[in-house]
Formats: sequence, structure tokens, C-alpha cells
Amino acid sequence: MLQEDALRAIYPRLKKQIVVTSLGTVAIELYNLGHRPNFFYLEHGMGLASSMGLGLALSLPERPVTILEGDASLLMNLGTLSTMARYGPPNLTHIIFDNESLLSPGGFPSATSDGTDLAGVARESGIRHVTKADTVEAVEEAYAAAAERPALSVIHSKVEAVGPDFHVMGIGLLEVRFGFARHLQGGQP
Amino acid sequence: MLREDALRAIYPRLKEQIVVTIMGAVAVELYNLGHRPNFFYLEHGMGLASSMGLGLALSLPERPVTVLDGDASLLMNLGTLSTMARYRPPNLTHIIFDNESLLSVGGFPSATTTGTDLAGVARESGIRHVTRADTVEAVEEAYAAAAERPALSVIHSKVEAVGPPSFAMDIGLLENRFEFARHLRGGQP
Amino acid sequence: MPVSSVNSQIIYDALKDAGVSIISALPETWLVHLVGMADADPEVTLVRLNKEEEGVGISAGAHLAGRKSAMLMQNHGLLTSVNGIVSLAQLYRIPLLMLVSYRGEMGERDPWQTEGGLVTERVLDALGIMYRKMSDPALAARDIRQAQTLAESSLRPVALLLTRELMWEE
Repeated sequence: MLQEDALRAIYPRLKKQIVVTSLGTVAIELYNLGHRPNFFYLEHGMGLASSMGLGLALSLPERPVTILEGDASLLMNLGTLSTMARYGPPNLTHIIFDNESLLSPGGFPSATSDGTDLAGVARESGIRHVTKADTVEAVEEAYAAAAERPALSVIHSKVEAVGPDFHVMGIGLLEVRFGFARHLQGGQP
Repeated sequence: MLREDALRAIYPRLKEQIVVTIMGAVAVELYNLGHRPNFFYLEHGMGLASSMGLGLALSLPERPVTVLDGDASLLMNLGTLSTMARYRPPNLTHIIFDNESLLSVGGFPSATTTGTDLAGVARESGIRHVTRADTVEAVEEAYAAAAERPALSVIHSKVEAVGPPSFAMDIGLLENRFEFARHLRGGQP
Repeated sequence: MPVSSVNSQIIYDALKDAGVSIISALPETWLVHLVGMADADPEVTLVRLNKEEEGVGISAGAHLAGRKSAMLMQNHGLLTSVNGIVSLAQLYRIPLLMLVSYRGEMGERDPWQTEGGLVTERVLDALGIMYRKMSDPALAARDIRQAQTLAESSLRPVALLLTRELMWEE
């Protein structure tokens, strides 16, 4: 499955969520589907998209929050799953796109190519609702179920290690940051 | 089970191993059983005892290495299990004493009280030989099996959240460090 | 990818000449060739990390066991390793040979690298870590040899900052 196709399938639902992505292909592919003020692309701070999503979900318990993260980012901060499990915000969904590599710096294999099962780690970290979804239909279905379910959900999707040719986005880091904060805090200055 | 009793039971075997412990109660309790030049107590650098054990095991493939870790330390560097699984040195045994708390800083509950199962995480990180051992006999047996087994082994032991009355050790950090290095490199200056 | 393979080879050969036999790395664009060389070299143990700070532990174990090691990382990896550097390597006087790709300096195009570029040298200064910027391939072997010598004699971390001039060709 292409990550891009999975994102396209869930984009109609993502539009209604607060979304935090990790850096690299997932950010650019979501951006290319159409930027929204409720999307935040964490372009560095590797490993912290999930912590940021947890902070958002705890701060805005009435709003649904989705994290879109890659395997290498999650591996840098694996204890985040344990912390998420501990506080279990019901409005949080964590989607892990696992291409088994560090694609942007040249395609090095990550530890998920070598025995580490991130869905298993999520489950053993204490997260009850963990779904493996390796087709576009499965991702769509799992994400629909997660959105309906008032419980912390993790979706683990193996995707091909391909990304866009260009990592150029026509929006600055700080423009995203202020647009996002303004949107979350309710509208006009 | 008291960690002290588990340590006492495996001490005869530990004497023959290169041992790296985390700080706090584990270090003191091992020290109180009788210091040896092949014991290294990592009194800070939380989370890195296992990485250090991995470095030792890869550097000295003919020597058996044991890491004595705790739940809070391991949670700070959970990806270490995934890195260990990837290189799986056959001479490395990783014992996790899980007292479900940050004992030395006042007994705060750690994330292993809220659903995180470190044996499960180790297994899902790709480590094949993971044993649960929650009695002194079970620890002794599991450690004997790990010592015989030419494969990376993890032992997960739930222990009571009690430590020694005093954390004093009559050996300086640097004395320990230089004596340990001298011992590993084989004897006299 | 315009990462200099010629200069990467010079750096790699110098590491080998300095006796380095364990290399830990978290891949980064500028380090692709170096990581690839270590991976292909049967004389070198390459440890691919999940997080750079693990590398401090790997190098500490290697040093106490009597082996020479090096760490390959981006400057943001250095920043994420600061606790391990201070509370393991400096506390226990462990030499670290850190080869750090110096992103976010003059010529940087990626906005997300720029804050790291701004603080790298000041963080090294604050930590009391001796460092040198490497930009001339003709001096690379000397720089690595000298850094390795100082790390071993002082029993402290030493950093070599791999600059754009050295690593990038365009």
C-alpha cells in the first residue's frame, strides 16, 4: 500500500480532526491533499509528534485528535506509547505508517525491518485498541472505527518506502504554527 | 519477591559475568553482596545501562555480559530493546527488576502500574527469549538457562518496591570505572 | 544525492586509520555514504540506533572494553544526547569521538534545520566539549587523528563538525 493512498482515503475524516504529523513524507503528502488550519506538521523534533498529540488531546478533551507518525520517529521515543496508554485520552487516534526505513535521509532500514513489531509494542505498552491495517480499505475502516470509538486507538499500517519527489511546501513553519493555534483557540484575532 | 533476595540467589553466577547495573537500589544491593572488579554501577545516565551492556557485549563477544536494569530506567530508553533485538549478541542477558515505581526519588508509580508490560514489549521488539520470573527460584532458574543459552535473553521480574536502608557505597564513580576497564582489558598496568 | 562520496571515503579511511572498530549511527542525509561504508565493512561493527543517545552507552561499553568507537549523528542528534553525554560520558570520563553533521549553518535550505545550526557551537562550548569544524578534505585525516588523540588523552567527548563544504557537492 502507498501511504499516499491511505491518506487520501481518510482525508475526508482528517479534515474534521486536529492532526499532527511527523516530518518527511507524511507531512508533504497530507499537505498535497490540501492544507487545512487544523493540520500541524512537526518538521523536526523527531519522536515528539505523538507527545504533542497527547498534549493536545488532554488539553482539548472535546475535540478529536489524530497523530500521523512514521516508524523511525516513533522508535526514537518508544516510551510515548506507554505514556499514552497511561492517560488514555478517549479523543486520540495514533496512526503509525511503517515503511521500515528512514526514507528521507536515503532509505536506511529501520528496526521494524528487523523484528520490532510496533503494533505489538503498542499493545504491550497497555493500549487496548490496536488495529493492523495494511490495505487502503482496512485503514479506512479502522480509522472510521477509531473515530466512533470513545477510546485511545492505535492503527499500524505497513506502507511502501516511497515518497514524493519534492519535499517543498508552500507554507512556512511558523505560519503553520500560528494558523493552527489561532484555529484551535477559536477564530479571528 | 525482594530484589535483594533475587540478587543473592544469582550472585554466584554474577561473579563470573561482566555486570552493568543502573543506579540506586540495584547498585547498592549488588555492592553490598560483595563488590567485584567486573561490576560496573552506572550511577546516572538513566536508561543507558542497557546500551552500555550492548556495547560491551558487541566489543567482547567471548565474555558473558549481564545488565541489571529497572523499570523506570528502561522506560526512559525503551527503543533500546529494539536495538538489542536487532544485533542480538548471544553473550548478553538483560534482567529487568520491575518494582513499578521510581523508588529512589520518592516512590512515584511508573508506567508499569498502568498497563505497560515490559516482558511483552521486549518480545514485540523482536527478542526471542523472554522469561517472566517472579519468585527467587524462578529467577535463579531463568538466569541459569540464560547463561547456558547462546542467545540474547531477557528476564522480567516483578519485585517489591523496597530498597536498602542506606545508599552509601564505599567506592568512587571513577575508581569503579578505572578498575572495571583495567579488569576487562586484562590485568596489570 | 549530492553528498560527497569522495570526502566521505576520506573521512571513513581516517576513522579506520585511527583504530575505530565500532561505529554507532542514526542515518542522516549527509551521512549516507559513511553509514553505507561501515555497513559494508566486515572489520567494523555498525550499530544502527533508534535514538542517538543510545550511542553514548555503546561507546562507553566499547571504551571500557578497550575498543575504539565513533558516533555518527546530526547536530540535532547531539542535542538529544546531551543528558547521556553529561551524566555518563563526562561523569565517568569516557572519550567520545563524535562526528556531527553541521546542519543549519550558512547555505542551509531546510527551515527546520536552522535552529539547530544556531545553537550547536554554543551548546558544545557550554558543555566544555572541544570541537573543530571540518571543511577541508586535505586536512580531514589530520583532524580525525587529532580529535581521537585528544579524546583518548583527556578521557572526554570531542566533536568534529562536518560542514557543508566538506559533505555536500553542488
